[in-house]
Amino acid sequence: MSFPLTEEQHMVQLMVREFARKEIEPVAARNDVESRFPTAIIDKMGGLGLMGMMVPAEYGGGGTTAVSYVLALQEIAYACAATAVTMSVNNLVCGPLLEYGTEEQKEKYLIPLASGETLGSFAITEPEAGSDAASVSTRAVLKGNKYIINGSKVFITNGGHAGTFIVIARLGDKPRHRGMSAFIVERGTPGFEIGPEEKKMGVRASSTVSLVFDDCAVPAENMLGGEGEGFKIAMTALDSGRIGISSQAIGIARAAFDEAIKYGSMRKQFGRALVRNQAIQWMIADAARDIEAAHLLALSAAMAKDRGESFTRQASISKLFSSEAAVRICYDALQIHGGYGYTKDFKVERLYRDARVTTIYEGTSEVQRIVIANNALK
Amino acid sequence: MKTIVLIKQVPDTETKVKVNPGETDINREGINLVLNPYDEFAAEEAIKIKEAKGGEVVVCTLGEKKAEEAIRTALAMGADRAIRLDGEAFAGSDNYATAKALAKAIEKEGDYDLILCGKQAVDDDSAQVGTLVAEMLGIPSASLVINCEVGDGSVTITREIEGGNQELEIAMPCLLTAQKGLNEPRYPSLPGIMKAKRKKLDVLSAGDLGLGADEAGAAGSKTAIKELSMPPERKAGQVFEGEPEEIVPKVAQLLREEAKVI
Ligand SMILES: Cc1cc2nc3c(=O)[nH]c(=O)nc-3n(C[C@H](O)[C@H](O)[C@H](O)COP(=O)(O)OP(=O)(O)OC[C@H]3O[C@@H](n4cnc5c(N)ncnc54)[C@H](O)[C@@H]3O)c2cc1C
Repeated sequence: MSFPLTEEQHMVQLMVREFARKEIEPVAARNDVESRFPTAIIDKMGGLGLMGMMVPAEYGGGGTTAVSYVLALQEIAYACAATAVTMSVNNLVCGPLLEYGTEEQKEKYLIPLASGETLGSFAITEPEAGSDAASVSTRAVLKGNKYIINGSKVFITNGGHAGTFIVIARLGDKPRHRGMSAFIVERGTPGFEIGPEEKKMGVRASSTVSLVFDDCAVPAENMLGGEGEGFKIAMTALDSGRIGISSQAIGIARAAFDEAIKYGSMRKQFGRALVRNQAIQWMIADAARDIEAAHLLALSAAMAKDRGESFTRQASISKLFSSEAAVRICYDALQIHGGYGYTKDFKVERLYRDARVTTIYEGTSEVQRIVIANNALK
Repeated sequence: MKTIVLIKQVPDTETKVKVNPGETDINREGINLVLNPYDEFAAEEAIKIKEAKGGEVVVCTLGEKKAEEAIRTALAMGADRAIRLDGEAFAGSDNYATAKALAKAIEKEGDYDLILCGKQAVDDDSAQVGTLVAEMLGIPSASLVINCEVGDGSVTITREIEGGNQELEIAMPCLLTAQKGLNEPRYPSLPGIMKAKRKKLDVLSAGDLGLGADEAGAAGSKTAIKELSMPPERKAGQVFEGEPEEIVPKVAQLLREEAKVI
C-alpha cells in the first residue's frame, strides 16, 4: 500500500506480521472450530507490548502511536479476527485508565493490563440497553466507603478471562447520559458473577459473556473519573475502539482478498482460471478499491488521534466504511470459491463469519450513521 | 565481553524473485527487505550472551541507508549500537571486498571477544563472508554453529557436519556462523522498537576505514556477476492411472530410463 510509513511504523508492521504468520495463523482455524481462547498467544502479545500499544512504556505498554496500532491490528486480524478483537478491547480498556485514572489506579490496574498480565473488559451493553447506551440501568449506590452495584451486562468481550472490568453504571438521579459513572471492578469481587460463553457465529476464539452484579461492593476509590463522567468515558473509549474494529475489519478483508485471488487463479472452469472472467475481475477490483480506501480512512482517524484532535467523526466514518466493505469483500470472496467456500476446508468460510460482527459491535452501522449525520447537521 | 554481529538486509523469503533480462541484479521493485534470517540467530545469541555475561553487542553491516531498517531490527531486539559502511566506493563489492571492508571495520572497532554472523545470506547464498572475515582478521572460526557456551577465554560450540555433530572448543576472539537451531530469535518488542531509534549508529566510508580505491567495491573484488537467470521452469508432472500391478512397473521403468534416478 502506497501510504508512506515511518521506519518505526514499518518495523512494527513487519514484526507483527511475522508474529501473526508464525504464531497465530497455524492455530487460528482450530481455535475457531473449538472456540478455544488463545491464552498463550495473548501472553506473548503482552510481552511484545501489543496489549497496551498506546500506553507509555513506564506503564507497561508499547509506547507507540495510533497509526502503529492500526497497522498491528490489521496484521493480527489477517491471521485471526478473534485474537484481534481480544487485543482491540484490551487496548480500549487501557485508554480511559491512562486518561482518567488516578496514579494509584494506573499502578494497580493499568500496568498489568498494558503489559498483558491481566486481561480487561469494558462493559456498557445491557439486555435493555444496546444501541441506546445512555439507557443503562445497572445502578451503583454509595454505602460508607463502597459503591454497591446491582444489575447485569451482556455481550462482554474478554469477560471469561478478564481480571479487570470497567463497568458503566447509573449513579445518582440525573437522567440518561448525565447520570452515568465508570467503575473498576475486579474479577472475584463478591456479588460479581460471570456468565457462560455465548455460542457465536464468528470470532469464536474470543470470549463473550454476560455479567451479573448482585449487591457487589466496590471500594469507593475504584470510581474511574468523576461522578457523572461515565458516558463521556465510554464514548471516548469507543472512539478509539472504533479505530480498532475498523482495523480488524480491514485485516479480515485483506485476508479474504488474498484467498479469493489464490483460489480464483487456481480454479479452472470453461477452460480457464476463474480470474480470467471479467465478472470476477470486477469483484477483485472493487475489493482492492475498498481495502485501499478503508486503510486510508483508518490511518486518517489514527493520525487525528495522534495529533490530539477530536476524531469521533473520522473514527465513525472509518468503522462504518471498513466493516461494511469487509462484509462485502468476504461475500464476494466466498462467491468466488463457489461450493468449496461454503465448507470449513477453506479459510474464507471463517472470514465470512468473522467479518459479520464488525458492523455490529462498538456501535452498529446504523449508530455510526447517526453519529456521522449528527456531526454533519449540528 | 564485546560481541560484534555482522548482518545483512535481504529480500523477504516470501518474495517472488524476478530477473530482468540482461541485468545483474534482481528486480527490487516492491520487494520487502528484512534482516537475513540466519543473522537473526546470530543477533539473538549475542544478546543472550550479553544478558548472561554483561558487555555489549555491536551490529555491523555494509549496505545503503535502506539497510538501517535491518540494523534497527537488531537494535530493537537488544543490540546496543551499530556501524554501517556506506558510500560509492563500496558499490559492486563481491564477497571478498565485503569481507575486507567488514574486517577493516572490526579492526577499527577493536577489543572484541566474539564475532557472530549468519551461516549465509538467503539472497545470494554464498556462505563465504563470515569465514573470509575470520581469515582476514587471523582469528579462528567455526561455521554452522547450533550450540554455543561461552567460557573463560574460549567458547565451546556444537556445529553441524555431514551426518552428525561436532563439538569444538575455540579460543576467543573467534568468529562463529549461526545455523538454524542455535536459538529461537525473539521478536523485537514495541518498547524495543521505540528505543532502537535512539541507539547510536555510526556510518563509515571506505576512507574512514583506510581502504584504498583499489581495495573496495568492484575494484577490490575478485569476482563479478556476468549474468542472472531464473531456473528453468519445472515441467508438469505425469499422472499414472490404473491398477498398481499395471502402473508400478511402468513408473519404475521411467524412473530408471528417463529420469535416471534409480
Ligand atoms: C461479539 C460481541 C462482542 C461485544 N462486546 C461488547 C463489549 O465488550 N462491551 C459492550 O458493552 N458491548 C459489547 N457488545 C455489544 C454490542 O456493542 C451491541 O450488540 C451493539 O451495540 C448493538 O446493541 P444490540 O445488540 O442491543 O442491538 P439493538 O440496539 O437492539 O439494535 C438492533 C438493530 O436495530 C438497529 N437500531 C437500533 N436503534 C436504531 C435507531 N435509532 N435507528 C436505526 N436503527 C437502529 C441497530 O442498528 C441494529 O441493527 C458486543 C456484541 C457482540 C455481538
